[in-house]
Amino acid sequence: MKILVLIKRVVDYNVRVRVKPDGSNVDLDGVKMSINPFDEIAIEEALRIKERGEAEEVIVASIGSDECQQQLRTALAMGADRAIQVSCDEALQPLSVAKIAVKLAQQEEPGLVILGKQAIDGDNNQTAQMMAALWGRPQATFASKLALADGKATVTREVDAGLETIEVDLPAVVSTDLRLNEPRFVKLPEIMKAKRKPLAKIPLADLDISIENNLSVQSYAPPPQRERGIMVDDAKGLVQELKNRGLL
Amino acid sequence: MSKILIIAEHDGSQLNPATAKCVSCAEKIGGDIEIAVFAENGAAVAEQAAQIAGVSKVIQIDDAKFAHALACVIAPEAVALAQNGYSHVLGPSSTFGKDLLPQVAALLNVNQVSDIMSVQGSHAFQRPIYAGNAIIDVTAPEGLTVVATVRTASWAAAANGDSAAAIESGSAVAADPGHTRYVGTEGASGDRPDLQTANVVISGGRALGSAENFDIIYRLADKLKAAVGASRAAVDAGYVPNELQVGQTGKIIAPEMYFAFGISGAIQHLTGIKDAGTIIAVNKDADAPIFEVADIGLVGDLFQIIPELEASI
Repeated sequence: MKILVLIKRVVDYNVRVRVKPDGSNVDLDGVKMSINPFDEIAIEEALRIKERGEAEEVIVASIGSDECQQQLRTALAMGADRAIQVSCDEALQPLSVAKIAVKLAQQEEPGLVILGKQAIDGDNNQTAQMMAALWGRPQATFASKLALADGKATVTREVDAGLETIEVDLPAVVSTDLRLNEPRFVKLPEIMKAKRKPLAKIPLADLDISIENNLSVQSYAPPPQRERGIMVDDAKGLVQELKNRGLL
Repeated sequence: MSKILIIAEHDGSQLNPATAKCVSCAEKIGGDIEIAVFAENGAAVAEQAAQIAGVSKVIQIDDAKFAHALACVIAPEAVALAQNGYSHVLGPSSTFGKDLLPQVAALLNVNQVSDIMSVQGSHAFQRPIYAGNAIIDVTAPEGLTVVATVRTASWAAAANGDSAAAIESGSAVAADPGHTRYVGTEGASGDRPDLQTANVVISGGRALGSAENFDIIYRLADKLKAAVGASRAAVDAGYVPNELQVGQTGKIIAPEMYFAFGISGAIQHLTGIKDAGTIIAVNKDADAPIFEVADIGLVGDLFQIIPELEASI
């Protein structure tokens, strides 16, 4: 079985993102870029499945300009077998990403597709669900546990009510939540080795899909700030203050 | 004029309050507001939905396949329904809505507007990106169905009206794809108020130090009839189950009063509480970022302060 993992190059999660003063976008000049953290968890999960002997190959794919090869190489250094870059300079909205993902799935015929539940830039939380709907295959979103057996996946999902378990037939689309695993650190020799692993570049036009960027962003603004309040000295002072405000 | 379809979230017998929040958002969009209830036996839920002021009709679609909310089962039905002249399809930005609505959007060949915070026009919305560090004005195209999730912390629940809306029954039209089976759910801390809808939330962080120590949080919560929350650090450390996590990747909440005990205030946690009415922070570290946003701050040892609070409230 092959596993297809989709990853996105995003601003590193440690970067405090700010809106440009003119409201035209957020300021990403010179900031550190990384694999979307949820996607890194997706890579790790795929590798663990392969290491358990339940999959033969882990293919990692990303959509973007040549810069995203950096993140694909990192995924290869983690242990993925080969990489695919769908080359595209435009920022795509989730529906288009999902359509590309379906094309790749049709070409590669993976038994499992794993991707992050959301990218930490757009915070859309849509691509996995859209891909599953368009591919006509099951989805298991927000996964915190994943087990494979007999052509099925049993997935524990982090939902508002607690932990929900579902069983899906393979092939299926799984989106990762934070507690699925802790991604490994990449070792230097692996980075050297990753340079020789195959990375195929496919122009977006070759996939013959219609691009649906039908939402348009008019402006960006910083969020309203909460003001710093008052300090009290002890529990008694806190209770008094809450009573003064009519909260107790 | 807009015709808005809201997909009800429920547990089979109770309508989730998030649905009434979607009604508030729909009222701001303006137009006819209808609620679809997909359930095994949705009579009770449909009656609750019909009580919400501003709702003109409830469509109750009963089928055994809706016994558990599976996106792959509900999405084709919602799409079939949406094609009856609806301009908008809305659902809450809960794990239920996040699981389902993107499927609906994809099958209608549109992108989804995620997490609507405010409405500027029938096709113009504000939503957060970058963990709430930026708010964008986004416009959906006229002439295509708008599919969106509603950020529940940004909206008050619509109240019940004087008269109930009509309940119409519909029937399921799509075949169950049969590839997805519900196994079970564990969790849900019994009698305490629901974290997402509670007026008061008491949260604990890593400083609690252990699952046992979290008892003092539960005790104070019981005294205040509050829900219990936690920081990601406390959940990752195994002190409390995941469904208590408050923050960007957990629950985004807007209680009237929020207590943060031993929570430093990482940006991802603050994203989850910035719509709270009054934030109260107790932390040993006077420089903790939580104090930047707290309305009332107290520097001190939570193990000393919580029992004192419990005794004097």
